[in-house]
Amino acid sequence: MSILVIAEVSGGKLRKATLNAVTFARQLAAARGDTVAIGVLGAGVGGAAAEAAAFGPVHVVDAPALATCTAGTWAGAVADLAGAVGANAVAATSSTFSRDLLPRVAARLGAGMVSEVVAVTPDGRFKRPMWAGNVVATVEVKTPKAVFTVRSTEFALADPAGAPGAVAAAAVTVADDGKAKVVSFAPTVSARPDLGEAKVVVSGGRGLKDKEGWKVLDPLADLFGAAVGATRAVVDAGIVPNDLQVGQTGKVVAPNLYFAVALSGAIQHIAGMKASKVIVAINKDEEAPIFSVADYGLVGDAFKVVPEMIEEIKRARAG
Amino acid sequence: MKILVTAKRVTDPDAKIRVKPDGTGIETVGLEYKLNPFCENAVEAAVGIVEKGGGEVVAVTIGNDDAVNNLRTALAMGAERGIHVKATDDQLDSDLAARLLAKVFEREKPDLFILGKQAVDGDSNQVGQLVAEYLGLPQACFASKIEVAPGKATVTREIDGGLETLELALPAVITADLRLNTPRLPTLPNVLKAKRKPIAAVTPAELGVDTALKVATVAYEAPPQRKGGMKVKTVAELVDKLKNEAKVL
Ligand SMILES: Cc1cc2nc3c(=O)[nH]c(=O)nc-3n(C[C@H](O)[C@H](O)[C@H](O)COP(=O)(O)OP(=O)(O)OC[C@H]3O[C@@H](n4cnc5c(N)ncnc54)[C@H](O)[C@@H]3O)c2cc1C
Ligand SMILES: Nc1ncnc2c1ncn2[C@@H]1O[C@H](COP(=O)(O)O)[C@@H](O)[C@H]1O
Repeated sequence: MSILVIAEVSGGKLRKATLNAVTFARQLAAARGDTVAIGVLGAGVGGAAAEAAAFGPVHVVDAPALATCTAGTWAGAVADLAGAVGANAVAATSSTFSRDLLPRVAARLGAGMVSEVVAVTPDGRFKRPMWAGNVVATVEVKTPKAVFTVRSTEFALADPAGAPGAVAAAAVTVADDGKAKVVSFAPTVSARPDLGEAKVVVSGGRGLKDKEGWKVLDPLADLFGAAVGATRAVVDAGIVPNDLQVGQTGKVVAPNLYFAVALSGAIQHIAGMKASKVIVAINKDEEAPIFSVADYGLVGDAFKVVPEMIEEIKRARAG
Repeated sequence: MKILVTAKRVTDPDAKIRVKPDGTGIETVGLEYKLNPFCENAVEAAVGIVEKGGGEVVAVTIGNDDAVNNLRTALAMGAERGIHVKATDDQLDSDLAARLLAKVFEREKPDLFILGKQAVDGDSNQVGQLVAEYLGLPQACFASKIEVAPGKATVTREIDGGLETLELALPAVITADLRLNTPRLPTLPNVLKAKRKPIAAVTPAELGVDTALKVATVAYEAPPQRKGGMKVKTVAELVDKLKNEAKVL
């Protein structure tokens, strides 16, 4: 049997985050004696399929009905693909794409689904966070088939396979169910790297007050080529777009370096960043909970401290 | 328009949850329970739609007897009546919750089913999608805006990379994100009124649902703790540590 990793394709290209799920699938395959294959679905995805082949055999479903991602139509295609290739497990890296789609696939396959897997245990069980990451549960899938979304922060990007895999068109016909259609998409435009992929993340909170105050983070992010993140409070206030929210109900990140500036460190925010390697917190309230998870905490006014820190970092790098 | 909404009972979202030493569950002593924040958004959305265009909001919870309190919160926010499906959390997984809710949907035949995008205890983010698939309905998950018109709903959803707008043929399933609205606080008169609103209790057996679980939780543990809490006095000290100790500059 095989484990089918569902690729995420954006702008015709394979999204790097797909490779976190490949690593998960390889671990699971090693434990169970299965093989790993990658499913690339969409319209005009030949390029992405060729990219994916570096990591294993690829099954392609290229159909006009898959040009936009409506979960009902896609679920049929993914479930049929799993059937066609004899997969007993379907996995994808957790994202709004996979969270929207994979539960429907699980329902189609009669499979149990585990969300946000962070580890595979030697006895074939799975660990996943609950309660905003304050609890790690071990779960067992009771059905012959299983579906997973996996946390990118806990599984490294996969290395290419020894030899490239074959790319084959799968015998799956896709029919649009006609019940949902995408009428528009308003992309977040940003010159900064993706939150999930950045080595450094600079996050700000309500303490920065407004769009004007938020600008204090720009030169710091520039200095590291960092991604910018935010708390829910900042997103709710309309200061930054929704997809910059880090936390229990936003993105989960684990960069080498995470700056938490003028944010308190609510349980829900910490859930999204506590796996970062080095955490720096700047807050004017010495009691702020964020300090309890920070490797380096500095009590002070962000509007004063951040510009000073930028100058000091420039000096340190020059010297 | 008839709208079905969920009212899941969850532990207080801001409580610090601790695992029992024997790993069989969480410490519940002194813990408060609330209506799941995402369900609050769902109820607010449904009540808002019905206030504007007429209709009925029906709230459903699957839970122990105490979950009726959270169902009453939904009634105090404006739902007309409640349905209590009797099952405790340890008898449920996402799939069973979804199959029970699908059965309630089939009995009620609403035009719209609005759920939360996730429950803040289990953090699974599955049930709405599963319900939609079991019922063969279109879905719009992570909604930040809903507009209804005869026979259709136009929903804006918060997804990675931006905001997507979907048009769904009704009946449809929507899951609410936090920015959908600001849930109202029930007023005292409405809390009192809610006490008299009807709640129908039903068991999984009465709904004719097979209660076998697909996923079982076998153990709970605390996550690894960070060794944080170190403070520096000055910017110079901070940058020195970042350069020479953490080596991240
Ligand atoms: C269901 C649910 C889900 C949620 N999901 C998320 C999530 O995914 N992500 C998330 O982030 N939140 C989430 N939240 C919200 C969370 O509970 C907090 O409300 C939020 O994280 C607080 O944001 P904040 O730290 O920016 O604001 P606050 O808590 O108001 O903190 C502001 C901080 O700034 C400091 N400050 C003020 N001025 C300055 C200054 N000049 N210099 C330095 N410091 C200063 C203050 O001391 C304070 O600590 C969720 C909440 C709920 C109920
Ligand atoms: N026991 C339950 N009773 C009512 N609604 C539920 C229950 N469990 C889950 N839901 C609904 O499904 C949504 C997603 O839950 P989950 O998939 O468990 O994160 C929640 O926000 C609720 O709207």
